[in-house]
Amino acid sequence: MKISAFHLMPYRELPADFEQRYESVWVTPPWWELADARRVGQYYNWTLDELSYAAKCGFDGVCTNEHHQNAYGFMPSPNLMGSVLARATNGMNVAIVQMGATLPTSNPPLRVAEEYAMLDCISGGRLVAGLPLGSPMDVNLCYGITPMEHRERYREAVELTLKAWQAREIFSWNGRYFQLATVNLWPRPIQEPHPPVWIPGSGSISTFDFAVEHDVCYCFLSYSGARSAKTMMDGYWRVVAEKGRDLNPYRAGFLQLVVVAENDARAEEKYARHVEYFYHKCLHVPAMWFSPPGNQDYRSLVATMSNPVRRAENPKTLRYRDFVEKGFVIAGSPATVRDRLKEEVIKGLRVGNLMVLLQIGSMPHELALENIELFGREVLPGLRGVWEDEGWVNHWWPERLRQRAGALAAGIAAGGA
Amino acid sequence: MSVRVEAPIVAGAEERTVAVWQGRVRMRVVSKGRGPALVFFHGPWGLTWDPFLDELAESFTVYAPEHPGTTPEAHDDIYHLDGLWDLVLCYDELLETLGIHNAAFVGHSFGGMIACEVAAAYPDRVRRLAMIAPLGFWRDPDHIVNWMMLEPGALRAHIFRDPDGEAARRMFPRSDAQDAAATAARIRLMWAMGTTGKFIWPIPDKGLKKRIHRVKAPTLLLWGREDRLVPVAYADEFTRRLPGARVQIVDAAGHVPHLEQTTAVVGVLREFLTQ
Repeated sequence: MKISAFHLMPYRELPADFEQRYESVWVTPPWWELADARRVGQYYNWTLDELSYAAKCGFDGVCTNEHHQNAYGFMPSPNLMGSVLARATNGMNVAIVQMGATLPTSNPPLRVAEEYAMLDCISGGRLVAGLPLGSPMDVNLCYGITPMEHRERYREAVELTLKAWQAREIFSWNGRYFQLATVNLWPRPIQEPHPPVWIPGSGSISTFDFAVEHDVCYCFLSYSGARSAKTMMDGYWRVVAEKGRDLNPYRAGFLQLVVVAENDARAEEKYARHVEYFYHKCLHVPAMWFSPPGNQDYRSLVATMSNPVRRAENPKTLRYRDFVEKGFVIAGSPATVRDRLKEEVIKGLRVGNLMVLLQIGSMPHELALENIELFGREVLPGLRGVWEDEGWVNHWWPERLRQRAGALAAGIAAGGA
Repeated sequence: MSVRVEAPIVAGAEERTVAVWQGRVRMRVVSKGRGPALVFFHGPWGLTWDPFLDELAESFTVYAPEHPGTTPEAHDDIYHLDGLWDLVLCYDELLETLGIHNAAFVGHSFGGMIACEVAAAYPDRVRRLAMIAPLGFWRDPDHIVNWMMLEPGALRAHIFRDPDGEAARRMFPRSDAQDAAATAARIRLMWAMGTTGKFIWPIPDKGLKKRIHRVKAPTLLLWGREDRLVPVAYADEFTRRLPGARVQIVDAAGHVPHLEQTTAVVGVLREFLTQ
């Protein structure tokens, strides 16, 4: 099992009536009314400190990601953050998990290939290369990419990136969206043939196909917990089986919100308002913006519109206890958290690469550190061995960091696979 | 997929599907009526044969092609087009195949912009050009609302002067309806917006200002006085560049004056197009 600390870098001090006063947390929140650059500088530093602390507390990886024009999580360049973390964690067995830089918003996308190669070099081969499609708010609304071209650009950019990392010869790329006459990447990543690739998604069937065909790790970045993800992840595993891949749990990643305290009651006292802040304010986005016309291909559009599967619950109507009860957030004592993570998420969804969000919404720095420390000390050790008896190899983890759970497992896999 | 997503069949109309672009792009053309040829370029919400086209068909032979990707069973054909240049060439091929060498063009909204682009690229194909609330320009102070980002209720209120009127009810299924027909209508609207949006995202100014001077046909602009999507002020952008273009403002109408004031709009068009 590999367990990484994920961070969004939200604005932690939005006004109490934010969601009543403003249209959206994304794209249109007015900077001059809401934010302060000096304060934001503090946030960035806290974020880096929190992730560095997670590395010291024994987490296997630290994750950052890219978003634009919002107060929900604003690291427009996750690679700037990743490079600080790569440097700060040198000498530690921690992966730099970029979840990551968004190819369709980078022009040419070779820029991402270059920066990831830099991160792999700086970290000594500890990079996990997340290649996200990017949210419609970021890519279509903020960065002006035509919704109908979003996925096509992405797929072309992924192929270009993979080739740019590996090609032994200089090559030309005469693509539909990108034309480059002389591709000759400097630097190349340390990891060969290239760093492990994770593709984050939100359940779209075309992304399942794409991830399985490319034999990468598919990561469901969910805020609704395992219960509502079950159907979706079962669908993913079906695609894995149909396409003849093994059911290696490390093919799947999942993001889970977690808060830990001495006991369940204390967890509510300490974290309830931060959890509610996250769901009520940080996810305050008009529904249409998640799916502008053309962003889904026709097949997916028909599937979505014809089966409005249980309409996603409106989190604004829910309170802390609802979020915990429904599993949106896993909260409580170390034992409660460990058991729920193990049963609902890890075993329930068959996940080998777990990401946990431990700084949530308005959660202040000191409290985030407490949550990280307690999780690292009391929860993480009890989960690390979950898949060990089955002997799978995490091919989607930097090779030099696979060891910890590995020696025994590798033997079994070699004999049994 | 069990849902059939097809535009309703039109009584008394002929349908044919023309394959252009080396056979890769199939465009259905609905035609009806008698008289001189009139090509209708539909707007961002797809082609629906409505009373407006029926009334036009009394005086003209109306040819209404479907924008690439909006023809049933040919949804993915849209992926064979990269941009506006490709789309304009498709229309040239389509008109050539139909044997329409010189016709009246009428276009609405997105379709108005495309009619104008085709008229600029092939000035001799167009006898008279009528545009209803066309896109094509951008002025910072006169913001064009991005209808693709609106919730269904807000979308309806932006398109129609009267969002509860009959014309609005014809275009949108009832918000609470969950039957197959309503689902099909929603899918059709979304996909039509996606396939047209491909050519105008994120700002519907794609260089018409560099090409519009090539239009030779006499031009008419029709605009609903209460257009909440593309403000009437945009008529100036066209008349500045097409001296002699006539502007007709339609009272008691929003972005779809031809659907909201059908008789008045058809009257103006008939008079202009038969001159």
